[in-house]
Amino acid sequence: MNRREFSKLLLATGTTGVAAQTGLFGDMVAYAQNGEGGLTAIIQPEPPLLVVALNQQIPVGIIGGKLYESLLSYDFDLSPRPQLAKSWTVSEDGLTYTFELVDNAKWHDGTPFTAADVVFSCDVMLKEVHPRARANFDRCESITAEGDHTVVFKLKEPFAPFLLAFETSSAPIMPKHLYEGTDYRNNPANDTPVGTGPFKLAEWVRGSHIRLEANADYYHEGEPGLTEIFYRVVPDGASRSVAMETGEAQLSQFSDIETFDVQRLADMPHLDLTTKGYEFFSPVLWYEPNLRREPFNDVRFRKAMRLLLDPNFIVERIMFGLAQPATGPIASTTKFYDANVTTYEQDVEKANALLDEMGLAKDADGKRITIHHLVVPFGEMWTRLAEYFRQAMSAGGIEVVLDSTDPGGFAETVSNWDYDTTCNMLYQFGDPALGVARSYISSNIRKGVMFTNTQGYENAEVDTLFAEAAVQTSEEARQERYSKAQQILCDELPVLWMTEQKFATLYDNRIADLIVTATGVNANFAKAHYVK
Amino acid sequence: MRLLRGIVTKLAGIVLAILVIATINFTLVHSAPGDPASVMAGQSGATDEKFLEELRAEYGLDKPFMVQLGTYLKKVVTLDLGYSYRQRRPVNELILDRLGPTLLLTLSAFFLSLIGGVVFGTLAGLRHGKWSDLAISLVALLLYATPVFWLGLMLVLIFSIQLEWLPAFGYVDMRASSFGRLEYAWDVLRHLFLPAITLGAIYMAVYTRLMRASLIEVAAEDHVKTARAKGLGEGAILRGHMLRNAALPVVTFAGLQVGALVGGAVVVETVFSWPGLGRLTFDAVTARDYPVLLGIFLVMSVLVIVVNILTDLLQRLIDPRIAVR
Repeated sequence: MNRREFSKLLLATGTTGVAAQTGLFGDMVAYAQNGEGGLTAIIQPEPPLLVVALNQQIPVGIIGGKLYESLLSYDFDLSPRPQLAKSWTVSEDGLTYTFELVDNAKWHDGTPFTAADVVFSCDVMLKEVHPRARANFDRCESITAEGDHTVVFKLKEPFAPFLLAFETSSAPIMPKHLYEGTDYRNNPANDTPVGTGPFKLAEWVRGSHIRLEANADYYHEGEPGLTEIFYRVVPDGASRSVAMETGEAQLSQFSDIETFDVQRLADMPHLDLTTKGYEFFSPVLWYEPNLRREPFNDVRFRKAMRLLLDPNFIVERIMFGLAQPATGPIASTTKFYDANVTTYEQDVEKANALLDEMGLAKDADGKRITIHHLVVPFGEMWTRLAEYFRQAMSAGGIEVVLDSTDPGGFAETVSNWDYDTTCNMLYQFGDPALGVARSYISSNIRKGVMFTNTQGYENAEVDTLFAEAAVQTSEEARQERYSKAQQILCDELPVLWMTEQKFATLYDNRIADLIVTATGVNANFAKAHYVK
Repeated sequence: MRLLRGIVTKLAGIVLAILVIATINFTLVHSAPGDPASVMAGQSGATDEKFLEELRAEYGLDKPFMVQLGTYLKKVVTLDLGYSYRQRRPVNELILDRLGPTLLLTLSAFFLSLIGGVVFGTLAGLRHGKWSDLAISLVALLLYATPVFWLGLMLVLIFSIQLEWLPAFGYVDMRASSFGRLEYAWDVLRHLFLPAITLGAIYMAVYTRLMRASLIEVAAEDHVKTARAKGLGEGAILRGHMLRNAALPVVTFAGLQVGALVGGAVVVETVFSWPGLGRLTFDAVTARDYPVLLGIFLVMSVLVIVVNILTDLLQRLIDPRIAVR
């Protein structure tokens, strides 16, 4: 019996899962169809367009990050590294940022890249179309070019994390000669993206794939190391696993592969797994009660809910190890995390005692109260999280009714505060001032807008701490305030933090230097190459 | 003259039906909470009021509902299905792009299931009660009970992962733009094989059972007995006296099923990454891409109407007793 017949037999007896796990098919990998030195990656869902300035959804950032660039990239520890800026200085008072730009960069259409493009992008276009860039660059008093290769940003008041604003999806530099004075959203140039990145758009077959080809005029000698990148649209989760297994795709990222399938694929001889490269995002996942409603406005009820929940269960049974328990609002993988806060071990008795104290008596069936939970409509993992929530709450006599919705309904319902409890996960963007404060400061309670202080938490002291921490220039002064804020938040539980989410990047292990920055798969892949 | 009036009445009916369908569709998709702007904002990780306002203004969602409906119907009458702001392309273009692959897939599955159903049904019907009838009926029942996505995944497991005979997903090889015409066709065919079987299997099972039953029924009729009595061979009886009669219910039913076939294509197109209308529909639903969704609904209803007319004609061909009304 040869190996192939043996595999067939295995299939017949329904043990293929085991066979696959032991790497039986390792030498049968049919490598992807791209040409010599190319990479085939999964993209899901298909992006509507590739212009990062106009759309910040994940797939747009992934592909757009190869076409467009910003001034800086970031190390795994979030310290800035050169990209379109080769060096930079920050004045003593923290008000003036001066960037020296590379002098040999060209747009994909051959036009030289200059300081005028940076000024146009940051001062004009992005302020018009990009919510996050608008928040950052509105802090500037002036953005000016000095000569062709120097840009000076003058701030109205110090803003400590300002250097983190120059990540590609936060501030993509756009070509002035194509966009100035046009209707940005309807500019025909949006269909044929022109950036400074190491790859250019070569072909887009809607519904099938997007092909990028190496930019021969890239401003770093010897880069990019890959000849082309195919992004294949694979809408079905099981098919994505198959694609990685057969080698038809060589790179998967974020939640492309269902958590339960990650380890099986990682064990295959042709694939490697890394969870690095998401430090800039470092999402924290939480259950979110609507604090405007009873009984969630009572901190005892929130504490009881928290005591009924066990983040370790979520890590092990829902994320399959692709997460770690979160202790508070700031992710341990970013700056200013403080572990010295009130923590909560799962304790059903204590939870019930708190609920008794509130006067929520159990009825004959052991039920105290019925609440609703809005299920997040973004895939299996979220459904499991909702089911776990219902199960955990029942131990305290809290009956949970799960409400289903679709992505449009979800954003609408949450941003208009029309829910009891839900679940959410927010990126931290490298600094508490950029990605954490927004969920807790009362000035960011904005009806109809997603990713704000949707639960409606108000605490004047927390507001002050976050406001001060953002403008302090010394790390110690910032740490002090963020530590205090974390302590207060962990005592008051505006939301119930569960896990720091990790994402799995699976890739063909013949490729080296693929994930080299804190933005991982969103970075430009200029250095990625095949191992000789 | 009567015939002409008949046709005109029928056409007017079709146009009216389409307009009513368009109005109902429009009202339905707009009545759910949330809109394309909130979806876009919900997926971009950070947002603010200005962003939402601009998107809504761009999509025309800031205008009153009746104004939006009026604009839409006016466009539909001129065969302009609008513009998808999300995909940044005219809806006509988007749908035309996807119509080819979907028609290829659904028609392949349709004919595969029809031919397979008629052949297997005939075999089973002729050997009524024998073991081959039992075997065919059993397989048909199994196929009928199998979920489409599961069958698709199993086929992929066997033919793509284990045997490596056929590609696991996609419409053509990504290198296809450099292929010759013949090579291209062959490549599409290889990609088409598994999804077409997956989509066709369940209907093949239905038609097999239908054909078998109606053949057994026809076999008991007087004119067949007469034919046999006057000494005709079994082959001639089958061809001349049984098949046409027996096939009639199958064709009628198949005509009705075309709509469902397109619906089933959503699952198959997703499992096999087939760039067809089904997937476009699915994406449009989750993204609340109203113009695309409405466009697809409209094209689908037109397709169903056209297929119904074709089925009518086919029935007349098979059975001349059904007169043109």
